[in-house]
Amino acid sequence: MSQSNAYSATAEVGQLRERRSRWETIKLELRKAPISAWFGFIVIGCYLFVALFSPLLAPHGEAEIFKTPFAPWDAKHILGTDQIGRDVFSRLIYGATNTIGIALATTLLSFLIGGGLGLAAAITGGWLDQLLSRFVDVLMAIPSLIFALMLLTIFGSSIFSLICIIAVLDSTRVFRLTRSVAINVTVMDYVEAAKLRGEKLGWIMRREILPNIMPPLIAEFGLRFSFVFLTIAALSFLGLGIQPPTADWGSMVRDNASMIQFAKYDITAAMTPMIPAAAIALLTVAVNFVVDWFLHKTSGLNDEH
Amino acid sequence: MMSTDNNDTKNTDSTDENGQKGDILLEMRDVHIDGFSDEKWHHIVKGVDLTLRRGEVMGLIGESGAGKSTLGLAAMGFAQPGCKIVSGTIKFDGMELTKASENEKRALWGSRIAYVAQSAAASFNPAHRLIDQTVESTVNSGIRSLEEAQADARTLYASLQLPDAENIGDRYPHQVSGGQLQRMMTAMAMSSRPDLIIFDEPTTALDVTTQVEVLVAMRDIVERFNTAAIYITHDLAVVAQMADFIKVLRYGNEVEEAETRQMLTSPKEEYTKSLWSVRALTKPEETSDDVVIEIKNVDAAYGGSVKVLHDINIKLPRGRTVAVVGESGSGKSTTARVITGLLPPMTGEVLFNGEVLPKALKDRSKDQLQRIQMIYQMADTAMNPRHTIAEIIGRPLEFYHDLSGKAKQDRILELLHLIELDQTFYDRIPSELSGGQKQRVCIARALAAEPDVIICDEVTSALDQIVQEGILQLLLRLQRELGISYLFITHDIATVQAISDEIVVMYQGAVVEQGLKSEIMSPPYPEYTQLLLKSVPEMDPDWLTNLVDDRL
Repeated sequence: MSQSNAYSATAEVGQLRERRSRWETIKLELRKAPISAWFGFIVIGCYLFVALFSPLLAPHGEAEIFKTPFAPWDAKHILGTDQIGRDVFSRLIYGATNTIGIALATTLLSFLIGGGLGLAAAITGGWLDQLLSRFVDVLMAIPSLIFALMLLTIFGSSIFSLICIIAVLDSTRVFRLTRSVAINVTVMDYVEAAKLRGEKLGWIMRREILPNIMPPLIAEFGLRFSFVFLTIAALSFLGLGIQPPTADWGSMVRDNASMIQFAKYDITAAMTPMIPAAAIALLTVAVNFVVDWFLHKTSGLNDEH
Repeated sequence: MMSTDNNDTKNTDSTDENGQKGDILLEMRDVHIDGFSDEKWHHIVKGVDLTLRRGEVMGLIGESGAGKSTLGLAAMGFAQPGCKIVSGTIKFDGMELTKASENEKRALWGSRIAYVAQSAAASFNPAHRLIDQTVESTVNSGIRSLEEAQADARTLYASLQLPDAENIGDRYPHQVSGGQLQRMMTAMAMSSRPDLIIFDEPTTALDVTTQVEVLVAMRDIVERFNTAAIYITHDLAVVAQMADFIKVLRYGNEVEEAETRQMLTSPKEEYTKSLWSVRALTKPEETSDDVVIEIKNVDAAYGGSVKVLHDINIKLPRGRTVAVVGESGSGKSTTARVITGLLPPMTGEVLFNGEVLPKALKDRSKDQLQRIQMIYQMADTAMNPRHTIAEIIGRPLEFYHDLSGKAKQDRILELLHLIELDQTFYDRIPSELSGGQKQRVCIARALAAEPDVIICDEVTSALDQIVQEGILQLLLRLQRELGISYLFITHDIATVQAISDEIVVMYQGAVVEQGLKSEIMSPPYPEYTQLLLKSVPEMDPDWLTNLVDDRL
């Protein structure tokens, strides 16, 4: 052993960890990820690719109307046409951009509202915390789908109001989660040290607390995204979501739902409304796989070898 | 009377069955243990030999990370999750534990080998009564019937000086104090009359006054039943009271092994000597009339109702160190919270350089905040785990002194140098540092503000002794070079000796006395000061024996 026998501060035991860049750590974790997580990543990757490059990938226009409505599957219209003669395959691809884009925007907005208020409530405590928490309780007591339908009828179903309404309703859940995980961090000495230094609320929120509660928030982001996605699809199916001619998977299911009854004559016709539904289901499952893996990793329950 | 007889017969019984005092009980040869972390196997214990005879107590000491606990557990044939015993032999009473099956080892644990953990509070099941937990393994392994075992447990409670020995076992873990719980755990370990007990830092989490009680009880009972024991600790004074011989570990290797007295008087190795020198650290006391902080008639309460401070008066002279001592719950940390403004006092005031400080934190100016800095007991939780060392030290620089870019970077390196760390620490995160290094970074963060006063709240009590010495020397040097005043909160008298000029003794939220170190540390004492001073273990193997004799 070459270690010297005298004491020095730099030589204290405590350097077992090898230094790795963030990218190396990510690669290492990915290599250990289970097959379900990989499946999730690949599916999400494909969806994002389609959503980003939809105008290049789609063979026809989003609202381009052809002569034959309800055309069968063939070489020109891979998945046939819908009730007014629009190419289903193209609308499926454009639908990815619209549905995923709107769901993503909504989730981000709900995290901005819910996360911000949740952090503020956790750090400040007192009457602000009480006020916000009770207000959230009231909002959560009303069934959110019915509340959303009501608000959409009042404000009209534009994409903007759709995003705002769902974001506000969903932010209640984000608020509760953020507040409860942040409260565990606000009692730490380093937060007290920051307060003693005279730091403002914004700094404590962003720099001291947020980095330490990221893992549960990221996991929640995935789940929230799935739920928002399903809510938008449900609202569209009910006719109050994304309005025509904008392509969207929820309304595509509704528009073509009647084709299911032709299953005994042409199985492909019955499949047509099922495909957008399957697209919704697949993405939800994929996001959940990834979230599961991430939660398992960050919860520290997997430390056995 | 009944109970004493009972014990005596048991004692002779067990000696008859299990062999004579002096027989070899545990023999470990060339034990290597690896631990898995960070995607690799690391050597934790690198070929240690160990021989323990019946009735002997071995002290195992070393700084954290030396492999003490791992070796202690290996003596039971146990490796923690993530560790494995790679090679070597562990023979317990003729049985090879490295080759024994899980069931064979299970039969030994709790009946012939027992383990006393550091944190008793975390080791008891809160949902069961204490006596049921005490006798559980004894009854399960069929050594005694339930009634016999419970009667025996009550006798053990009595011999461990637990109050109301007849009924205390019917309580739940949260209904007894920490020191009592630690003695309960010793009773639990003793219940089956094991051949070997492993004590893993059993008194580290206790107050000095409580520690004495637990030590006396543990030593008595180990002697009475002729049990062999391995006592793991980093407190040299404690191990001197408990052990027949001492083994020093470092980096998973044995440094030195010798009989206790010999080890204390003439250690051979350089490293052992440096361990011993810790307690030699003292500071010549000086006083000053230039008072930087004065606490005047302060009463404080939590939630406006529970009053915890009663009429506190403390003066902190400039460039000097005032140590605030007292057991936990005496209001030491609350006093610090009043000074920093985290807990506004009900009445009274805090003067800083003769000016009254606003009571609440939010009313104080940036300049007032900058002048008083604080260092915490747990360096782990005092630093944000997601910030690098440069961010942690750099923040006060940009916040108070508007430094940025190159100037900030240079100043960070300068501060790192000042706390005896080098530039390789610049972009590390706290989890990559040892306990002592973390505390140094906390000191650097306080220094970065360029304060007049630093409040140190038990800053060394979570650290090993050799690391403690390093930190204390650093603080002393910084005081000499920069003229900072310290308010040093501690319950460790050795630390007080090392660092303070003046001492404030606190008890139950009130100041018992304040004065120069030499005045407080010499008679006549108020009653409480005397108890506190007497409870501090000394580096003399006869200290505990003498203390017990004194009391009788």
